[in-house]
Amino acid sequence: MRKDTSVQPVKKAHEPFVHITKRGELVWWRAWLIRAGALILAMLLCGLVTVMITDLRPMDVYVALFNGNFGPEVDTWVVFRDMAILLCISLAVTPAFKMRFWNIGAEGQVLMGGLASAACMIYIKDAVPNWLLLLIMLAASLAVGALWAAIPAICKAKWETNETLFTLMMNYIATQLIAFLTIFWERPKGSGTIGVINQMSEAGWMPSLFGNRYVLCIIIVAALTVAMFIYLRYSKQGYEISVVGESENTARYIGINVGRVIVRTMILSGAICGLAGFLLVGGIDHTITTTTAGGQGFTAIMVSWLAKFNPIFMSLTAFLITFLQKGAQQIATGFRLDPSFSDILTGIILFFIIGCEFFIHYKLNFRTAQKEEK
Amino acid sequence: MSNQNAIELRGVTKRFGSVVANHNVNMDVRKGEILAVLGENGCGKTTLMNMIAGIYYPDEGQIFINGQEVIIRSPKDAFRHGIGMIHQHFKLVDVFSATENIVLGIKEEDRYNLKKSMERVGEISARYGFDLHPEKKIYEMAVSEKQTVEIVKVLYRGADILILDEPTAVLTPQETQKLFSVLRRMRDDGKSIIIITHKMHEVLSISDRVAVLRKGEHVATVNTAETNEGQLTELMVGKKVALNLNRSQPKNVTDRLVVEHLTCINREGVKVLDDINFVARSGEILGIAGIAGSGQRELLESIAGLQNVSEGDVFYNNPKTGETVDLRDKTPLQIRDLGVRLSFVPEDRLGMGLVGNMDIIDNMMLRSYRRGKSVFVDRKKPKDLAQDIISRLEVVTPDANTPVRRLSGGNVQKVLIGREIAASPTVLMAAYPVRGLDINSSYTIYDLLNQQKENGVAVIFVGEDLDVLVELCDRILVIGSGRITGVVDGRSATKEEIGYLMTASMEKEEEAHA
Repeated sequence: MRKDTSVQPVKKAHEPFVHITKRGELVWWRAWLIRAGALILAMLLCGLVTVMITDLRPMDVYVALFNGNFGPEVDTWVVFRDMAILLCISLAVTPAFKMRFWNIGAEGQVLMGGLASAACMIYIKDAVPNWLLLLIMLAASLAVGALWAAIPAICKAKWETNETLFTLMMNYIATQLIAFLTIFWERPKGSGTIGVINQMSEAGWMPSLFGNRYVLCIIIVAALTVAMFIYLRYSKQGYEISVVGESENTARYIGINVGRVIVRTMILSGAICGLAGFLLVGGIDHTITTTTAGGQGFTAIMVSWLAKFNPIFMSLTAFLITFLQKGAQQIATGFRLDPSFSDILTGIILFFIIGCEFFIHYKLNFRTAQKEEK
Repeated sequence: MSNQNAIELRGVTKRFGSVVANHNVNMDVRKGEILAVLGENGCGKTTLMNMIAGIYYPDEGQIFINGQEVIIRSPKDAFRHGIGMIHQHFKLVDVFSATENIVLGIKEEDRYNLKKSMERVGEISARYGFDLHPEKKIYEMAVSEKQTVEIVKVLYRGADILILDEPTAVLTPQETQKLFSVLRRMRDDGKSIIIITHKMHEVLSISDRVAVLRKGEHVATVNTAETNEGQLTELMVGKKVALNLNRSQPKNVTDRLVVEHLTCINREGVKVLDDINFVARSGEILGIAGIAGSGQRELLESIAGLQNVSEGDVFYNNPKTGETVDLRDKTPLQIRDLGVRLSFVPEDRLGMGLVGNMDIIDNMMLRSYRRGKSVFVDRKKPKDLAQDIISRLEVVTPDANTPVRRLSGGNVQKVLIGREIAASPTVLMAAYPVRGLDINSSYTIYDLLNQQKENGVAVIFVGEDLDVLVELCDRILVIGSGRITGVVDGRSATKEEIGYLMTASMEKEEEAHA
C-alpha cells in the first residue's frame, strides 16, 4: 500500500513502480520479433516444466517435439493431413468471424457434414459408381453443414438471438444425433460403434493421388485457402462482410441488407465446415463417431484469430498449432507420461503466443532511478 | 510554495502511442477563481483534465495540490485531494433517485441513512442555488437536471476543485445562464472551478482567467478582463483567422423535398418525431436547430430511409424528370434506384458514415462498390476519387491507404463530405458536420456547404452553434421534443428567439404535467 502523500514528510511523491502506456504502430518486424521472442520463451518454459516434473534432459524434450512431426516413426503426411483439416475448418469460421458473427458451432457443423457423408456411404453403397457417390456425399455434406449454420443465422437476422449460445447449443444437438445414429447403424450389433464403413468395396472412399491417400484432401484445402483469400479481399461479397463486421450502422447507411449478408455468410461458413466433415469421413476416417471433429471446431477459432483472419497467414498458424499438438503428444507418449501432459505444454505455448499481443500494443514504463534523484 | 494556487502543473506530458496529447504543460489554478481552459478540439484539454481527475496517469511531470506534490492514480485519489470532475457524458444510474446517485459509492458510516443524505443534498442545493428535487428519478430528468445531479454529487464529496468538461454543450442559452450564476456563487464561496469549452463568448462571460492550449501545449494564461475574442482565437489557432461566412441570396429556388405529417415511434413506443411538416428548397441552406436529441437524427434518418416511419410522407421532386416520388418506406438502395441523389453526412462519422478500420479508398467504395456486373470490386475508380479528394480538400494523411480512424477529426469529416459531394447530390443532409473540428476545418466545411447551395443543391444543415446557424442558413427550422416549434428566417432571427423556441415545447409539456 502506498502511504498517504499528505502526511509524508518528504516532498517527493512516490512514483508508481510501473505504469502502462499504449504504443504507436509498431514496425512489422518488431512485432514479429516480439512474437518470436514469446515463442522462444514458451519453449524454454516448456523444457523447464518437463525437466522439473520428469527426469528428462531438456534437449530430449525438444527433440521429441520435432520427432513428433518429422521423426522416423511418424508419417509426416498425417501431420499435413491434420493440418489441412484444421485449416479447412479455420477457413470456414473466418468469414463469420470477420463479420463479427461469433460462430462457435463449427464443431457441430463439421459433425453434421460428416454425418451426411456417412449416411450416403451406408445407404447408397456401391449402387452408383464411386465418383458419383463421392459427388453425392460432397453435395449432401455441404448442404447439411450449411443448413446447420443457417438456422442460428436466420434466427439472428430475424429476431436478434445470441449467435454464440445458439451455435454452441447446435453442437450438442449434432453430437447427440450422432450418438443416436451410432446405435442405429452400429455394426456388428452390440459393439456400440459404426466401424469402418464399406471396408470391402471402399465405396465412398476418396481415391489416392500420386500413391498417397491424403494428397487429394491437402490439394482441396490448399485451393480453398487461395479462393478464400481472394473472396475476402477482392469480391463484392467479401467487402460487404467487412463492412457489416466493422459497423452494422454503416452497412445499413449504404443500403446493405445486413440480415441477408449474415445468412449468406453463415451458409458459406457452414458449407465449408460440411466440406471438412466430408474430408474427414470420406477421405480419412471412413466412419463417424461423436469425436470425429475432435474439438477442432474450437481450435480453428484460435487459428483464424491468430492469423488476424488472413487465410494465407492461417496456413502458418494452422501448421504451428498442429506441430505443437503432435509434438506434445510425442513427448507425452514417448516418455510414457499422462496424455494431459501434452495439453499442459500446448497450453503454455498458446498462453505465450496470445499473451505477447499485449506487449505489441502496450509498453510498460518502469520507475527510473534517475527521476528519484531529482 | 505560495498558497494562492489550488493546482499547479509542472511539465506534465501524456502520450498515446505516437500521439502526444499533452506536452510539458505548466499551469496554475488559483483558489476561488473560474479558469476557462480554451482550445480547439483535439488540443488535449480533456486529457489534461483527466490527469488531474485521476482517469489518466501522466507520463511525465508533477501535480501539486495546495502546494503539496501528489500522485493521482484514480478518481478516488482525486476525491481525496478535493478534486471532482463533471464529465461530458453523465455517469448516473437511471432508475435511482438524485440522492441515491449522489451517495452511491461513498464509504461513510451513515451512507444508508437516506433521510440524512437528502437533507445534506438539500443544504448544498440551497447554498448554491441549485434547482434539484432530491427524490426525483434520473430517467424523469431533463439533461440540465442530470448535470445538476453530477455537480451536487461532486460537492457532496467535499470537492474544492471542480472540473467541468464542456458543460454547456447540452444546454440551451437560458440554462447556460443559470449554470453560470451557480458557478459564480461557488467561486465566491472559495472553490476553484475549471471549465473546459471552445465557445468564445462563454469564456468571456464566465471566467476570471483563460488558459489557452494549442496542440497539447499550454500557450498562455490571460486575464479575461484584459483580452478579447480576436486575441484568444489567435492564441488558440496560432495565427490570425478571418471569421466570416458569406451568405449569398438563394437563386432558382424550387421545392425539392416536401415532408408532410412525418411521425416516428421508436422501439420504446416514444414518439420521437411528431407530425413534422417542412419544405427543403434547392439553392438554399435549411438549418435545423434544437437541443441535442430532440429528433434531429431520426428526422434525417427517416428521409434517408433508415428509420421506420409510422405516418406521413417524404416527397421528392426530381429536377430532371419533373416527377414526384414518395420516399417513405423505401430502403436507401431503393431510394437510389429511383434516381434520387440524396447525400447524407451522418452525425456518427466513424460509426455510420465511414468504416474506421478501412482505408480511404475502401471508404470511397462504400457508395459505389455495387457498380458493374463483376463479382469482384473495382478499386481503380475509388482510388482516383480518394486522390482527388485528398488533394482538393487538403486532407492531411500519409496516403490513401491509411485507415480513416487514424486521421484527425477534421480530416475524417473532409473524407466523408468529399465522398458525399462527389455523388453530385440534389439534396445534401449534414448532421453536426463541424462537431469536434478546429476552426479552420469548420470554415472549410461551411464553404463546401455554401458551394453546394450555389450549385442548386437543397442543403439541410443540423447544427448546434446558434451563432453559426444564424450566420449561415437561409431558413432555420427549430425542433423541440420531436415537434417543429417554429421556422424562422436566418437573416432576421436572433439567437435568443431560437433559444426560446428550442425549449418552448418542453415548457408546454411541463404545464401539461402540472
